[in-house]
Amino acid sequence: MLTLEAFHALLGAFLLFAAARDLGARRRATAAFWAILAAAFLGGGAIQAGVAHGVRWPAQAMGVGVLALGALASRARSRGGDSTAAPVAARMSGLRLFGPALAIPLVTLVLALAAPWLRWHGAPLLDTRQPALVALGLACVAAFVAALRATHATPAAGLREGHRLLDALGWAVLLPMLLATLGSVFAATGVGDSIARLVAVLIPVESRLACLAAFALGMVLFTVVMGNAFAAFPVIMAGIGLPLLVLRHGAHPAVLGSIGMLTGYCGTLLTPMAANFNIVPAVLLELPDPYGVIRAQWPTALALLAVNLLLMAALVFR
Amino acid sequence: MNDWPLLGVAVVVVGFALKRNPALAVVVAGVVSALAAGMSVGDLLALLGTSFVSNRALLLMALTLPVIGLLERHGLRERARDGITALRGLTLTRFLAGYLGLRQLLSMLGLTNVAGHAQTVRPLVAPMSEAAAERDAGALDDGERAQVRALAAATDNVGLFFGEDVFVALGAVLLIQGFYAQHGIELQPLAIALWALPTALAAFAIHVLRIARFERRLRRRHAADARRAHDGVADGGSADADA
Repeated sequence: MLTLEAFHALLGAFLLFAAARDLGARRRATAAFWAILAAAFLGGGAIQAGVAHGVRWPAQAMGVGVLALGALASRARSRGGDSTAAPVAARMSGLRLFGPALAIPLVTLVLALAAPWLRWHGAPLLDTRQPALVALGLACVAAFVAALRATHATPAAGLREGHRLLDALGWAVLLPMLLATLGSVFAATGVGDSIARLVAVLIPVESRLACLAAFALGMVLFTVVMGNAFAAFPVIMAGIGLPLLVLRHGAHPAVLGSIGMLTGYCGTLLTPMAANFNIVPAVLLELPDPYGVIRAQWPTALALLAVNLLLMAALVFR
Repeated sequence: MNDWPLLGVAVVVVGFALKRNPALAVVVAGVVSALAAGMSVGDLLALLGTSFVSNRALLLMALTLPVIGLLERHGLRERARDGITALRGLTLTRFLAGYLGLRQLLSMLGLTNVAGHAQTVRPLVAPMSEAAAERDAGALDDGERAQVRALAAATDNVGLFFGEDVFVALGAVLLIQGFYAQHGIELQPLAIALWALPTALAAFAIHVLRIARFERRLRRRHAADARRAHDGVADGGSADADA
């Protein structure tokens, strides 16, 4: 059975390749950054197995690595200019280039949908717990092979282009993982409980509509503060969504989670904290007003917030 | 009960407000919350390490980078640009509505990195939006030009955010599924993703209506300016004749 661990190892190898090239170019901080991240992917399975068997030192070593990643992040800065390297001279037909590009989503989609039927002697071929992610990994490998065939490039040249983009993204590539980690810390230290208690004091918890409004506004406000709906979601979910709406008032978890996250996205459209979406493009487009993009999108965000509130009120309590 | 871990939230707010590196602010916030909760250093490090590796699937999108990098080097973006430039007769509203729909569909397929502010908006969508607006309304002043560009960037954001949540294998849906799994509720990713569709449709409708209203106002203002300028030219002409 093909599990996600194989693709974690593949990504770890790619990150090591990036670290080695950055080290060769004497970008030591960037090299250390990718090397630590590679360790999380190459050793992740062992770390989790160790914790399950009561061996904590590998996880603690990784914890030191996380602190180091935070410290290195500002020095392993993204080198944006490199992401727009000039194309090679030879003009290629569009179709041959679009094929491999579209192969990633199409192969992912087909494999993810077909996973339950892909069996060999009764055993599933793809990990049934996370078929979509395993499908994505397989699709990337398939698309890479197709791209190499289409461009007649060597595998090493392909990895070098990948490394160019990885360095251009820099610490931004890490932020989702770090924010998810912060969410776990907030959950373990009872931040969600604190917020839930504050909310419980402020709103009549026996009213499910009041809880729903507090949940939606909490998602928006927390996202505005954190700049990221991913960071707000676990906190507001643990504080309001799960205890008050799902457990107390019997809300539908899938509907609440999905539309709740989208309610957070309304906050993302409103906040300068979401710099890569709202501030960076203002710089890129040479707008005189750094908040020009937010000014262009806040009416859409507020209208969608109203839509989400109505949708949740209608769909969540069935 | 101990409310001091809320300090971690304050650290993130201050970190962003002072424009410190976001990754650093997030790590420091985690440490502050854990210490404020009275956690030992050993427990803190184990918690950080365990949470970090158990969320590593969020970075799996990096496997797409060699493919995209290679294709870009061989002119993927230039080919796409040629293809879009060849489409004539597009008004600002039609063009941006088309981009919005395409961006939403691509995000739904997990292709969030195909487009973006650096990759498509700056070289492609913003100049094409300006060109479409100028062709139909007349020359834009600096303020209007900035408004059109900002609208193009906003359109990219709306398309990305309100399409992404429908894709089953990336980011948001996995975060939702992971959260519930941690708390003993097992959900299929598809069951979560489907509920994002109504909002995705509403996002498209609302934003397209706003773009159309912007274009209508722009045209009306320029039509009024043109009439006034026309009258002005006529006055100026008679003044010249008098002189």
